[in-house]
Order: sequence, then C-alpha cells, then structure tokens
Amino acid sequence: MKLPDKIGTLEEAVSCIGDGASVMIGGFGVPGTPFTLIRELVRQGPRDLTIIKNDANEADMGVDHLLVSGQVARLVTTHIGLNPRAIAMMNAGEIEVEFNAQGILAERIRAGGAGLGGILTDIGIDTELANDKQRINVDGKAFIVESALRADVALVHADRADPFGNLAFAATARNFNPLMAMAAARVIAEAEQLVPLGDLNADDVHTPGPFVDELVVLNELSEEYAVVQR
Amino acid sequence: MVARAADEIAPGMVVNLGIGLPTKVVDHLGPDFPVCLHTENGLAGIGPTHPPETADRNLIDAGGAYVSTIPGSAFFDSAVSFALVRSGRLDLTMLGAFEVSQHGDLANWKIPGKFSPGAGGGIELAQKARRVIVLTTHTDRAGNPKLKEACSLPITARGCVARVFTDMGVIDVTDTGFALVEIAQGITPAEITEATGAPLALPKGDIPTF
Repeated sequence: MKLPDKIGTLEEAVSCIGDGASVMIGGFGVPGTPFTLIRELVRQGPRDLTIIKNDANEADMGVDHLLVSGQVARLVTTHIGLNPRAIAMMNAGEIEVEFNAQGILAERIRAGGAGLGGILTDIGIDTELANDKQRINVDGKAFIVESALRADVALVHADRADPFGNLAFAATARNFNPLMAMAAARVIAEAEQLVPLGDLNADDVHTPGPFVDELVVLNELSEEYAVVQR
Repeated sequence: MVARAADEIAPGMVVNLGIGLPTKVVDHLGPDFPVCLHTENGLAGIGPTHPPETADRNLIDAGGAYVSTIPGSAFFDSAVSFALVRSGRLDLTMLGAFEVSQHGDLANWKIPGKFSPGAGGGIELAQKARRVIVLTTHTDRAGNPKLKEACSLPITARGCVARVFTDMGVIDVTDTGFALVEIAQGITPAEITEATGAPLALPKGDIPTF
C-alpha cells in the first residue's frame, strides 16, 4: 500500500475559499504564518471573510494585506496590538473584532477539531469577555461555556511535509497551526520543504496526514518570512 | 526595582515574564541560575535574545523578541502552552499594570476608548499563575496613583496580585490591604503614602530599603 499524494497548486488550493467563508490562519506573529497562502487569498479576492487568527500580524504583512483589500468582515483573535490598521478599522466599525483569551482560543479550536461542542472554563469569568456567555456550575464551581470553533478552511504553514500531508513545524512556528489543522472542513498546508514519504519519522510528525486536504510546496520564501528588523 | 524583583525568582521555578519591564528581570539572573522561563507562544526554556543578524526567524517570545533555546528547551503548541499555565505548573508570573486594587485585582489589558488591543494571554497568566507579581511605576504619567482602593478600568483578574514592585517601594497585597515591605532609597514613607490611592500599612520599626 502507498499513501495518497495531496500536492496541489497554490491557485487551485486557495480557490475553494469563497465569499463569506470562515478561514483559520496559523501563526503567532511571523513564525508559522502562511504568508504565501494569504497572498493568494488576496489575489483571488473573496470578500466578507471571517478570519480566525491569534493576531493581525504587522503593517504590510500577512493579515494586514487582507485588511487593506477590504476582504475581512470579522476577526476572531486574541491581540492586535502590533497592527495599528486593525485597531483603527475596529474602532471605525469597518471590521468586527471578537477577542478571546489566548489559551481559550486555542482550546475552542482544539475542541472544534476534536468533535466537541465546547469547553467549560473559569478564565475571564470576572471580565467583560464573559459577558453574554452561559454560566454552568459543576461540583460547586462556576464556569462559563466557550463554544467550539470550526472553520470552512484552515491555512497552515509547515516547515517540512511529505506528499501525504504529514507535517512538522519549526520552533515557535508551531503555535496554532496543529490545532487549526484539525478544525476546518478543508485544510490547506504550505510547506517550506517537501520530503519523500518515510523521511519524516513517524514519531516526529506533528500533524498527521489524514487532517490535511491539500499541500502547497513553497519554492521560495518571500521577505515576509524573514527576521523582522525593528 | 527590576534587580530587586529578580530576587523573587527561586531556583527550580517555572516563570513567565510579561512584556515590558518584567522581561528585563532576566538580565539580573546569572547564566547558571536554575530556572525554566516559559513563553506563551510555545517554548519552555528560553535562552538569550539575539540581534537580527543571528536570529532564527522561527524563534521568538510572545513579545516578538528573537530568543534562543538552551539545553533541554521544549517547543509545543498554543493549547499545551496554556495547559501549562492553567493547570498550575507556572510558579510565578511578573506582569505590568494600569491599576492594582487593595484586594489584588489587576487591570492591565484595556483602557476603554484609548487602548484595546486584546488581552492576549494576560488573563490566563494573571488568573492561574501560582504567584503573580506586578512591576509598574507607582503613578501614571499624569501622576495619578496606580495602586487604588478599587480598579476603575476593566479587570484582568480579581484577587490575583500578591506583591507589587514600583519605583517607590515593594508593596504586599494582604487580607487587610496594601502593606509596605521595602522602600526605595531617597523616598520617605510620607511620599509613598501620598502617592498611593489606598491605605498603606507601614512596617513597624525601620523600613528596609532597596
């Protein structure tokens, strides 16, 4: 037996994203952000998107291009402090922003990926993040209900991949990528390096291939992937 | 103040240092000091920071600084990272603050109408670290006290702060409110009391300085 090949073209892979789609995008700052897939999403231009990402990147990088092009209707995130445009658009009502506690966003996505309905947590129970959320007592302790999150499409960035879509991430570029790779109806991975089947040791696979629908191999890395000069 | 705060880190601890002043605490720990520094974006065992020329583009801390690994470092995803925080494995966090109340309530994530970038991982750090220490200036830029009877800004977490380090002193949050532990050299008890927006209990006898 041989595992199937999922390598596709950039254009074809991203073409499944239509107007109104929800899109999870991996990355925490630069590491792990699938800049090439985002650029193609900008080029193809679907609108009214719900973007689910830890942060909004910085000016002229990643999610910022989607904000400039006016494709984002809603942003589900944890912190957008490094992107003044995202804050300005939120304040002007041009995009809707939903803030989550960072680990709770991760758990909501993990729950979505695990086929669960949501999670119970006391995180933020004293804050305005708990407003309008259902409260439940379990064994005398108060929790709020955080619903599971799934998306139509997840865009993730891997360091290494084999043709089946087994993925390995590098250093702190892992972050939300393996969680989002479980939580979308269609999962598209870009990878810096394609290795033959079997070259990724089975013990070293971070995201198992069955979660991945399409693999885009990066022939070169744009400047966006580089070390940020501050 | 930052050097004094470094004394709070005991050998063997797992510690998360928040963005800003707290990050500088690490500069006062010796290279062989046994501690595991954690960052929310998925690393336990943070090594020294690097200039852009030698940085690994995939290796940052939660503040975006290019850091490094040390022997024994581990990477993990964002769910694992906060499992570590919420399950009580984080011995200590040091955070910045807009306001701290006499009951240990912390406000450090939002100034309505002015500053609302989102809390990131701050709520979980404040609510779940075993010990929460705040490093901040004693007053804001306008000279208003940051230590208050009650927070006026949106709360990050209630009753979480154990101790506050400021440019004027070291203050504990006790069952009966703020208590001065140490005072900065050149500051008088009257001055720090005046600059504090809630009752401040003074220690009996001589007040240690730093």
